[in-house]
Amino acid sequence: MTALPQQVAKKLGLVIDLDTCVGCHACATSCKQWNDTGHSAPLTDYDPYGASPDGVWFNRVHTYEVSDQGHSRTVNFPRSCLHCDNAPCVTVCPTGASFKRAEDGIVLVDPDLCIGCKLCSWACPYGAREFDEVEGVMKKCTLCVDRIYNANLPEASRVPACVAACPTGARSFGDLGDPNSGVSQLVKQRGGFALMPEMACAPVNRYLPPRPRAAPSAPPLTPRVAGFDSALLRWVDRLLGG
Amino acid sequence: MQPAYSVIFFTTAAGAGYGLLFILVLNATAVAIPLRPVLLLSGLTLAGLLVTAGLLSSTLHLGHPERAWRAFSQWRSSWLSREGVLAVVVYPVALGWAWLVWSATGRSLTFNLLSLLLALLAALTVYATGQIYASLKAVPAWHRASVPTNYLLLALMSGAQLMHALQLGLSPRPAASAALVPASIALAALGKAWYWWRIDRAPPPSTLGSATGLGAFGTVSVLTQPHTEENYLQREMGFVLARKHAWKLRVLAALGMFVVPLLAYLAGGLSCTVLGALAMAVGLFIERWLFFAQAKHRVMLFYGGLP
Ligand code: SF4
Ligand code: SF4
Repeated sequence: MTALPQQVAKKLGLVIDLDTCVGCHACATSCKQWNDTGHSAPLTDYDPYGASPDGVWFNRVHTYEVSDQGHSRTVNFPRSCLHCDNAPCVTVCPTGASFKRAEDGIVLVDPDLCIGCKLCSWACPYGAREFDEVEGVMKKCTLCVDRIYNANLPEASRVPACVAACPTGARSFGDLGDPNSGVSQLVKQRGGFALMPEMACAPVNRYLPPRPRAAPSAPPLTPRVAGFDSALLRWVDRLLGG
Repeated sequence: MQPAYSVIFFTTAAGAGYGLLFILVLNATAVAIPLRPVLLLSGLTLAGLLVTAGLLSSTLHLGHPERAWRAFSQWRSSWLSREGVLAVVVYPVALGWAWLVWSATGRSLTFNLLSLLLALLAALTVYATGQIYASLKAVPAWHRASVPTNYLLLALMSGAQLMHALQLGLSPRPAASAALVPASIALAALGKAWYWWRIDRAPPPSTLGSATGLGAFGTVSVLTQPHTEENYLQREMGFVLARKHAWKLRVLAALGMFVVPLLAYLAGGLSCTVLGALAMAVGLFIERWLFFAQAKHRVMLFYGGLP
């Protein structure tokens, strides 16, 4: 059923810290590894060992430069499904393959119902859906629905693969519908924001902004050797081939 | 957006078919025009062929065409599903109508009601097609009320052209509905000109800074892309057509859709009208191709694209 649930019991989602993300792509690769055998398996690759490898991924890590008055910094920006409350990808689906779960708000695709019309990927403004050209169905982040409730895994591992893999702890997982949850508190403390609010998709995931940079406290370093002003140094420099 | 040929063929061919059906059934209810079963049945056959070929072609771009029937289930929320349901409902109604024409019951109440129902269904199906695009907020050039209007006007125009050709083919006498040709061309040309004028002047919807939320911290630019090779998103939604090519194609589309058919109409005669219809088909194909090729998807912001 592609009508959105009236109410969701939980809003499970991710909080991504743009300050601490180092752009190592560990989340993306561990996602690929886990989900290649998970709910939406396989995550098909095309030409994996050839000249132009490509394939289905649920998570893509962009890298941007943000410059402000001569100071610039690198911000890494992982992009995946935000499990929107008002998910346009769900309502456009003609088959009911795309749906949002009432129990936890996760947006999923049923690969047995999907006809591969691609309309949902057109409807998502975040580019969270990638079509599997070999399987002929749409694929997207499942929030590791097959990990987070998996009683065969130790309690601590029942988080999405990306969260478990992140070496800097830039990714947190929890119930963003509960104002007292750890993730909600984190969003509150750090001023977490939603992407493209003007699209009215009401995404669940939040991004934490990069922290303000401290103003440079010491004057810039001066070179130890100001220049080759002595004839001896110039001669040594020539000798060493500089 | 990447133009998909199966969808271009579907929307233009089925549009013409529904347009023809619309004019045909309204023509049949007009008291001033004598009922001509040969015209009505041959017109219905032509419309049926166009619509059916279009619908079949539209399943070609599906990953699982054999599951296409599943698309009838979500009509409560999805315009694509609604379009499918309406397209299927048209068939039995059209068959019933054809049977009444065949059995020559004349303009009975049932016949008139069925005709009106069929006209409504044909118009609604084309409207639903337009709404599929107009409902996509992520594609600013499509998310406009003028999109379904254009689909309707172009369907009416191509239907009128076909009806005119058909009438001339069956008898050389000028028919009352012939005046629809220049009138629908004028309306469709106005609608398309309005659409092109508007999308050229629409302010850029967002920037990389606003899409990422990083604009608050400075000027944002792409440092490196997340992947080395083009992915599905870039292939499907990263297709952009240079403005100067767009202009040439717009001129060609307008010549084919509006100018040549209008000249052919003024020249008169069956062969000129058929020629006009062919030019219109080519023009519509270019127009529909441009409809995709000139529409940018917001996701490309993340890759440094859009405005
Ligand atoms: S991010 Fe895209 S795919 Fe995910 S729920 Fe929102 S609209 Fe749907
Ligand atoms: S591609 Fe599949 S999931 Fe997406 S809208 Fe079409 S049928 Fe639904």
